[in-house]
Amino acid sequence: MQIKNLKDLRPGESGRIAQINGGHGMVNRLAALDIRPGRRITKLSSGFMRGPVTIEIDRTQVAIGFGMAKRILVEAEDTIR
Amino acid sequence: MRILLMGNPNVGKSVIFSRLTGVRVIASNYPGTTVSYTRGFMKLGDDRAEVIDVPGTYTLEPTCEAEEVALRMLDSGDVVISVVNATNLERNLYLTLQLLERNIPVIVALNMWDDTRHQGINIDVDRLRDILGVPVIPTVAITGEGIKELGEDLPKAVSPDTLARSRDERWAAVGHIIEQVQRVSHRHHTWLERLADASVHPFSGGIIALTVLAGAFLVVRFISESLIGYMFNPLFTNLWTPVLTRLSELMGSRGFFHDILIGKLITGEVDFVQSFGLLSSGLYVPFAMVLPYIISFYLVLGLLEDTGYLPRLAVLMDTIMHRVGLHGYAIIPTLLGFGCNVPAVLATRILESQRERFIAATLISVAIPCAALQAMIFGLVGERGWEYVAIVYGTLFAVWIFLGVILHQAVRGFTPELLIEIPPYRLPPWRAGLQKLWMRTYGFLIEAVPIILGAILVINVLYFLGIFEAIADFTAPVVTGFLGLPKEAVIALVIGFLRKDVAVGMLAPLALTAGQLVVGSVVLAMFFPCIAAFVVLLRELGVVNMLKSAGIMIAAALIVGGLLNLVL
Repeated sequence: MQIKNLKDLRPGESGRIAQINGGHGMVNRLAALDIRPGRRITKLSSGFMRGPVTIEIDRTQVAIGFGMAKRILVEAEDTIR
Repeated sequence: MRILLMGNPNVGKSVIFSRLTGVRVIASNYPGTTVSYTRGFMKLGDDRAEVIDVPGTYTLEPTCEAEEVALRMLDSGDVVISVVNATNLERNLYLTLQLLERNIPVIVALNMWDDTRHQGINIDVDRLRDILGVPVIPTVAITGEGIKELGEDLPKAVSPDTLARSRDERWAAVGHIIEQVQRVSHRHHTWLERLADASVHPFSGGIIALTVLAGAFLVVRFISESLIGYMFNPLFTNLWTPVLTRLSELMGSRGFFHDILIGKLITGEVDFVQSFGLLSSGLYVPFAMVLPYIISFYLVLGLLEDTGYLPRLAVLMDTIMHRVGLHGYAIIPTLLGFGCNVPAVLATRILESQRERFIAATLISVAIPCAALQAMIFGLVGERGWEYVAIVYGTLFAVWIFLGVILHQAVRGFTPELLIEIPPYRLPPWRAGLQKLWMRTYGFLIEAVPIILGAILVINVLYFLGIFEAIADFTAPVVTGFLGLPKEAVIALVIGFLRKDVAVGMLAPLALTAGQLVVGSVVLAMFFPCIAAFVVLLRELGVVNMLKSAGIMIAAALIVGGLLNLVL
């Protein structure tokens, strides 16, 4: 089990959100999309050159700007290889 | 009786709306805001009920202006249809629970019901109905399945006694409900989902974006030119020309009233572009030159919106848009600007900060030509060769980038981050799509035609009084010396304030070289917004920022026009 931020998570990796290091506004905007600590997410892709990160949460896809993705900490699941 | 349709964005609210109501729908702005919504009417028993398509919202704790409006509308309604995306029950139920805590009857439409089957989702509707305590109707808005039942069960909507909860309690309640009603089994990816993944990937997505945009451009041109060539032009030349010719003879072929109604005869005949009378150019320009482009542009834009492509474009464009101080979402108002700058400037509301709105609105006003203007540029500049049209577009694009980078450095503040839901690809609902196309086309006709006719009337009267000559002489040093245009071209610039399409039309009789026509078109596109866009800019930005924005436009137009004059 390893805590990384969303930007460092590899595409295809899943995990539970551990912590969101943002102000009230950012936490609220994310919560409206059900992105909250404890939720399980799967990273789909990261854009190149500081582009947005896309994740899947409850079967919907959400794109999160690079700066915001850096501040979302995820407890990565151990991947079986 | 007032029925509110409420739900998260992208759950098919508008499609249910168009199913419930007839063709006659009204788009309005919520008083005191720029948030627009649509309303229409449906038959309910023997009565007529008003149906309101409330702006999409995730929560009743508003995080933006559209959500504030949604909240205020809630107080004015008699019953709420809570539209829920059945494939994403968990997040959608949050808003439904908030609605149940309010003192208003609720009925739930479990939309996109067909998708749950092939996504391996099993929802126990009866159980959900028991837990929520309100009617729950599975619907497939696109095919119309369940819409009749929804209408029939509307009177059964109730407001159960639900205590107000805190956010965490509510999410816990959602989780509890999901455990009881939903089973998800494994499934395979569909081809639409594979395409969905490919279109946000930086490389394949970039290729898809270029293909889609180039395709959209070609389709717009193909449809509009077919409409002009096979429908509107033959209609005007075969049916209207004989009428005008006869009328012209009856009025003695010249004189004040003749020139206002029919315009000046060009080599003895009525010329729809150059004559400039109310009944000639006044009808031909809006109906035969501009309307076809409006129809085809909004048809294609509607398809892009309804298939769910635009959010993907926003993701791809995010990196580039950050260079001009915006984030990816700003591509949506920018694209709207290619139709009309008015809804585009209004759409900048979706951007979070004042700074972004200023940059986006200014860039749109300066460098994004509206469909009416583009139609005239295609018509007049395209006649001289497509390389000149390419110069006009290339210049405007360069201005967009260059000015954007400058504004990004100069305007204080920071760019917030992109955060958007990417809906799955869907086949566009043709019924709701056509309704939207009709509303937009009708909106153009209602707003543009009176202004075009008014502008032509004013132009003719001012010509007659000799006022234009005075203006032309006064501004001749700048217009002739700097931009290299004949001094009469200034009249087009002045008229550009009323209508850009009419203004480009006024360049037609001036016998300009291709280069001069390019300079004139670019300056007209950049110089100043038309009066309608000016009013919304003023309202959106406030007086001080509007003046700044206008200053930027005028300076940029003169600099770029002067440079083009030197090069061409």
